[in-house]
Amino acid sequence: MRSLSRGITPLLLLLPGTAWLIVFFVVPMAFMLLISLQQGTFDTGYQLTWNFGIYPEVIGQYWELYWRSAIFALAATGLTLAIGYPVAYTIAFRGGRLKNALLLIVVLPFFVSFVIRTLNWRMILSDNGIVFGFLKDLGIVAPDFHFLATPASVIFGLTYNFLPFMILPLYVAIEKIDRRLIEAATDLYASRLQAFWRVTFVLSLPGVVAGSLLTFIPAVGDFITAEVIGAGNPQVFMIGNIIQRKFLDSLDYPAAAALGFVLVAVVMVLVTVYTRLVGSDQLAG
Amino acid sequence: MTAAPAAATRRPGLGARLANLVLPVFTGLLLLFLFSPIGVMIAFSFNDPAGRQNITWQGFTVRNYFDLWGRSQITTPMINSLLIATVSTVVATTFGTMIGLALTRFAFRGRWIMNMLIFIPITAPEIILGASLLTLWVSLGVERGFLTILAAHIMFNISFVVVTVRARLAGMNQSLEEAGMDLYADGRTTFWKITFPIIFPGILSAALLAFALSIDDYVITLFSAGHTLTFPLWVFGVSRLGIPPEVNVLGTLIFLTAFAFIGVQLWGQRRQGRAAPITLVGR
Repeated sequence: MRSLSRGITPLLLLLPGTAWLIVFFVVPMAFMLLISLQQGTFDTGYQLTWNFGIYPEVIGQYWELYWRSAIFALAATGLTLAIGYPVAYTIAFRGGRLKNALLLIVVLPFFVSFVIRTLNWRMILSDNGIVFGFLKDLGIVAPDFHFLATPASVIFGLTYNFLPFMILPLYVAIEKIDRRLIEAATDLYASRLQAFWRVTFVLSLPGVVAGSLLTFIPAVGDFITAEVIGAGNPQVFMIGNIIQRKFLDSLDYPAAAALGFVLVAVVMVLVTVYTRLVGSDQLAG
Repeated sequence: MTAAPAAATRRPGLGARLANLVLPVFTGLLLLFLFSPIGVMIAFSFNDPAGRQNITWQGFTVRNYFDLWGRSQITTPMINSLLIATVSTVVATTFGTMIGLALTRFAFRGRWIMNMLIFIPITAPEIILGASLLTLWVSLGVERGFLTILAAHIMFNISFVVVTVRARLAGMNQSLEEAGMDLYADGRTTFWKITFPIIFPGILSAALLAFALSIDDYVITLFSAGHTLTFPLWVFGVSRLGIPPEVNVLGTLIFLTAFAFIGVQLWGQRRQGRAAPITLVGR
């Protein structure tokens, strides 16, 4: 590409897309920061007063929701890893000619709208729905038992919705492993369990890291699951529910914007700690 | 290789054979679990509910499928979604492919800034992208509606297109382009006759991904929508108390479309898989 490498061609190629990302992604972030520092009410209008005090204020008021969101998202990430790993392993090592078919079958349910899937889970898991109505008829579960609107139900919903985000990167990492390395370990008298933890799992770590980030980051900001499967119960609200309500219902833009920025900070801190712990070079794999 | 003969001839005992079944059985059960809301959705698309509450099984009917298009409330959100998905796919695929080309074919300073600009929108929680766009519309006094949704969808689709197209470009053999240049093709001819046909499958899968993401998006759309409805917003709105049958009908139709796409793709792969040994023999 010698004759192309000079001149303005790369600039022209980059320009439209980059401009779009700057105008509709970078600039809005700046506006969100400015709005978080405004004061006033929706009816009288908001004025920029550089009110940095909003940050300690919203953190003091809502730290419990950040904590809950992080716990729910961590639990969901742990569960998707525990459930997704054996599945990705089985498809990669035992899938044979069906590998691609199995992988497509795993993602197929997720082609149906996120909203429709979550609504159907709410129906399945409702107090007298298919699962618990049946268990109640059999007398296995107490008649007043309910699952929706509990913390477990929200974690369940997050786990279901983010499973493919865990399984796909795990599959890619496990599929790449040279199986002769595992044979070498067993030839050297490692038990199958030792060979798994010391060879297979270690070599699949890039997939574990990528899958965990792809699950945790969207899960921690999610609000649909708590709204639908959590049945709008404020006791299981995540921070996303508060941000959405403040932006779209109570129109308290400064507090909503500040809550959004704190969420960004929480995600960045947790992701940095996590990548430091496992080694950032795992990300490159 | 001097494989241990003992290991090769040892017959696995019953316990080991049962242990070998654990993983496939677990995988099968998980697949059943993944499909359970889909199964219920399909079943209840044939339900004949007494009122609007489509919670318990009342009786089998196919009427829901024939009533569907008579309901004008569905038509407008569906047309909005299809229009937004189509336009945002075309624009984002064009812009994203251009960025992908620039990033793989040219050396320039500040690449890492470009990489961050592509990477962060993919990884940031959706609510942040949606909420920050809302602050832009509110600050500038832009009325929210069809066009603001479209701008948002193009924004989040560009990054996904860049990542998909770049993967294809990175795997491409550049000596083909050099051969074209050596044979006196100019830059433009080389691109359209060599590069573009080779990366076209990558562009196509990027476009399909963008279309799927756009038509399914709820969170970012919600913050830019105003009073305009798209299909996911409409579904959420009418399902506050129970899921009306027409939502499950549309979900079933979407599922069948995806199923057909994937079936065709698998069939194509199997044909390729069978063709491979034959070409080997022919050689």
